[in-house]
Amino acid sequence: MKPVSAWGLLSSDLHDVRVLTDRGQVASVITQNTQGLALGNGRSYGDVCLNPNGYLWHAVGLNKFISFDESSGRLVCEAGVLLRDIQRLLVPRGWMLPVTPGTQLVTVGGAIANDVHGKNHHVFGTFGEHVLSLSLARTSGEVLHLDWSTEPDLMSATVGGLGLTGVIVRAELQLRRVGSPWMQTETLPYQGLSEFFDLADASEQDWEHTVSWIDCLSGPTLRGIFIRGNHISQDQANTQKPSRMTLAALQRKSDAKSLTMPCVPPVSLVNSLTLKPFNLVYYQLQKFKTGLSMAHYESFFYPLDNLQHWNRMYGRRGFYQYQSVVPRQSGQEAVQAMLDAVAASGEGSFLAVLKTFGDRKAKGMLSFPMPGVTLALDFPNRGERSLTLFAKLDAIVREAKGRLYMAKDARMSRELFEVGYTRLSEFVKHRDKGISSAMSRRLMEY
Amino acid sequence: MQHIVIVGATSTIAEHCARLWVQAAPVRLTLVGRDAVRTQRVADDLRVRSPRSDVKVMTTDFVDAADIAQLVSAIVSQSSVDVVLIAHGLLADQVTCQDDVLVCDAALQVNGVSPVLFAEAFAKSMVTANHGTIAIIGSVAGDRGRKTNYVYGAAKGLVSRYAQGMQHRLAHTGVKVVLVKPGPTDTPMTSDLKAKGQKMAPVEQVAQDILKGIAAGRPVVYTPGIWQAIMLVIMHLPRFIFNKLNI
Repeated sequence: MKPVSAWGLLSSDLHDVRVLTDRGQVASVITQNTQGLALGNGRSYGDVCLNPNGYLWHAVGLNKFISFDESSGRLVCEAGVLLRDIQRLLVPRGWMLPVTPGTQLVTVGGAIANDVHGKNHHVFGTFGEHVLSLSLARTSGEVLHLDWSTEPDLMSATVGGLGLTGVIVRAELQLRRVGSPWMQTETLPYQGLSEFFDLADASEQDWEHTVSWIDCLSGPTLRGIFIRGNHISQDQANTQKPSRMTLAALQRKSDAKSLTMPCVPPVSLVNSLTLKPFNLVYYQLQKFKTGLSMAHYESFFYPLDNLQHWNRMYGRRGFYQYQSVVPRQSGQEAVQAMLDAVAASGEGSFLAVLKTFGDRKAKGMLSFPMPGVTLALDFPNRGERSLTLFAKLDAIVREAKGRLYMAKDARMSRELFEVGYTRLSEFVKHRDKGISSAMSRRLMEY
Repeated sequence: MQHIVIVGATSTIAEHCARLWVQAAPVRLTLVGRDAVRTQRVADDLRVRSPRSDVKVMTTDFVDAADIAQLVSAIVSQSSVDVVLIAHGLLADQVTCQDDVLVCDAALQVNGVSPVLFAEAFAKSMVTANHGTIAIIGSVAGDRGRKTNYVYGAAKGLVSRYAQGMQHRLAHTGVKVVLVKPGPTDTPMTSDLKAKGQKMAPVEQVAQDILKGIAAGRPVVYTPGIWQAIMLVIMHLPRFIFNKLNI
């Protein structure tokens, strides 16, 4: 038994960890009398990847590629392969994952189980849309080979299924072409939510990637930074004069050795004293980049991957991420109400990310994205004070007919879960009875 | 293209060495394993990583001297070998080895005798060519016998002494012998130790150290390097202190 924490560092309970290494043996390893759960690289924030006092089947040992077809871009690999390893191998050959989240240090299995999304949701949807087939080991001992045409229901339950339908052993992914590792980017400061929505709508046509960062302490004249990007070819990268740095310098920057947060400080470094200056400095630094520029894909998509263990900066008690999505009609109002509630509470968030989702129907029964707008906020864990604020935010989300992201959640109520995820009753029929997580026990029957 | 032979190719350390090799440049790889299916999986993975590498799979019984001789002569007759990495091993439980002499025998054979036979068989053709590097994975456990793993340690000690003699014999030739001594490494072989909370070196780092040691032809490679200092202390502890330690 050893202590295991999720990325939010909110708990550190003992788990019986079994490393999966042989894809032919997974079904026999998980056929146990006690319930277990697959764990990927542990980058989900709350309790979706935890199973205190039970088995955790650690999938990082399933890290082999199986085949890659250079002409069609179809990759078959084991479920513990990191998205980073796929991209570092295949971007130089002109192929990239169509969808990646804000970190590439997640496994393929974890990306499927949480049906993750990225900055290009309006173009490529979620990760699950690009999974062509997968192998699922069940605790009954069988291994099922699923695709969308033969087993549409079980596929739809497994994509975004929080690992509860079985252990994903292998997946076949459709990659997309890219001409180079380079991105053209544009940074635009904005004020107020209306301006944000105008920018987001105006960018949908011509820009593949859009995201924005807001300073939620900036009061009624909300200030934010809107960032958009497109992939460009090597020729375009060579001919376009980079505004501030040469390609070689950008490459060096992306290859730079990562920094590590060496220890967990006794108190959160993000607190009422540091937050305002943090946000102000960050805003000014970003604002300085206003205009067109170029970036390496790794620094554009995964800026925090180079700061190892950044989650430690929130101190010993860990932190919550509160990520909601609300439909577009009520979106602006709901986001404003949430930001007002945060401001009124005196709790602040360093990383506040605001992004619109495209008008696409998610493939998974429990997938998070819906057409609308998503807001992600990070809060140091301050016990009751944090939970009181979340209760207020929950009320706004429920009123707006939105929902919370399971990959981030550690505390939502069963009721909010049930009204947000309307396909739940369909989903539970596909669960593997030998699999259970701290989250599934909190929000479902077992 | 360099021709690299990996014996025990399904071992996690060996697999990570292979990944680093194909990542650096396309190579000709001969993977030797016990289990055809599992070795083939390693080969498939390496082919995806490096389509221009030539990856071949061979299987053999690791404790049958005649099989080993036959396999090695088949490999060297096809093309000359630049590097052979002998990496197979089995961390037998010490208590089981004490209880069951058959388990003890198997542990000694596969961890001690077998690597030596492979090395000797490859050395013959390398000496003729006056070229090549033989790298053998030993262990820090071979430096001093300890109650918690002396059967495994004795087998690895055999490998150490063997490598030492080979280095003496081949000192003035073009053939190099590299003895690798990893400390506890995060692999499936050590998953029980890890579950008990012991600190482990990441296998990627160990593999990098091994490749560097092989490229430089260093006679002994401790990885991570700190183990050289640790073992220096442990080897020189007076017995009256050593016997009080629970290690």
